[in-house]
Amino acid sequence: MINRLNDINDLTSAQIERLIALAEDILADRAKYQDILNHRTLATLFFEPSTRTRLSFEAAMLELGGNVIGFADPNSSSATKGESVADTIRTVACYSDIIVMRHPKEGAPLAAALRSPIPIINAGDGGHHHPTQTLADLFTIRREKGRFDGLCIGLCGDLKFGRTVHSLIHAMSRYDNVRFILISPEELRAPDYILEGALGGPNAAYRETDSLESVMPELDVLYMTRVQRERFFNEADYVRLKDSYILTRRMLERAKDSLSILHPLPRVNEIAVEVDDDPRACYFKQTYYGKIIRKALLAAMLGVCE
Amino acid sequence: MNIDSIRNGIVIDHIQAGNSMRIYQLLRLDRLECSVAIIKNCKSRKMGRKDIIKIDEDFDVNLDALGFVDPTVTVSVIRDGQTVGKRKISPPERIVNVIRCNNPRCITTTEPGLDHVFHLTDASRRQYRCAYCDAARQ
Repeated sequence: MINRLNDINDLTSAQIERLIALAEDILADRAKYQDILNHRTLATLFFEPSTRTRLSFEAAMLELGGNVIGFADPNSSSATKGESVADTIRTVACYSDIIVMRHPKEGAPLAAALRSPIPIINAGDGGHHHPTQTLADLFTIRREKGRFDGLCIGLCGDLKFGRTVHSLIHAMSRYDNVRFILISPEELRAPDYILEGALGGPNAAYRETDSLESVMPELDVLYMTRVQRERFFNEADYVRLKDSYILTRRMLERAKDSLSILHPLPRVNEIAVEVDDDPRACYFKQTYYGKIIRKALLAAMLGVCE
Repeated sequence: MNIDSIRNGIVIDHIQAGNSMRIYQLLRLDRLECSVAIIKNCKSRKMGRKDIIKIDEDFDVNLDALGFVDPTVTVSVIRDGQTVGKRKISPPERIVNVIRCNNPRCITTTEPGLDHVFHLTDASRRQYRCAYCDAARQ
């Protein structure tokens, strides 16, 4: 059983496959799973804003027959009084069966897991990891492409602070013949612990560029990301970099017909609205699949399904 | 320059020249009541120049801290004026509460009571990364 999910590397490839298989079954027969988490309670502790991650976890728990407690704003919790993460977790564990936590500090979910007597899921820690978004990304790629092996994946935008990018690289670097093209301005390149770690192995193939248009014909998957205002210490740097890449319909003319465009959302300007109608745009499907794979994850972590 | 031999205590030898004060601080030798000698820049056949620290009291040396700062050192235990044990140091795989994380976004900067844990991620460069946020320290 999975006791904690702090980093996508907490899951083996076999566990990811079982979660995807369970998610497929949930998609095929929602009614079969509607009561499996009766009398179980999920606590959602969001010390940072969220729309998709929090609501998809809450919807997932409710659709499985469970209950939800929690807060969406740290100002409504004792964190504002200076309560530590460890004390918050030990308190919330008295009222719930599983915890989902987002926190602005990197490593906070790991610190929480060290003190938590119940399963805990990282829903994003600063610019570090976001493993459940990665599960949503993997489920989307599998549904769209039918495989993980042999894909050319372009990751574009804020690769420095983009936690979804870091987790996705960790996950996809496990598979055979995956090529990564890292597209970003110089200042937002992927951190060295990603380049040396996940991409540092002898089988990993990656290259860095600042030009999205030049690599477009090569891509099987294009993963766009937002430049994250909340991670900058300096507003002027954010303003200078925020519109580095804007994906338009014209830019897609040179892309493969089979390209899948993903984005963890929210977007700001990096994908023009006109792209939404392109059949290659998968980001709203990705949002839906995120709820389904989180249903699978909750069921697995509470020991109800394999 | 003559420094008296010690009868019972610890000699930390083969310290890379210039590292002795860092080791003094990391091992918190300022807290000891006994004599502590720091010998800097002495001649060494193997190293050219080296530092030595002599502690005139039996002392439980934090070998992980030593291995993190300077894996070239040797630690000798002296009893009745004789060397009764000698250890070479290697970089530890994991260090706890030896150094703190520099990343202002790391949870260790705000959470009380949390151990500061680092893992060795690149032995050739002696690079460690914070267990919480992955920030590098060397």
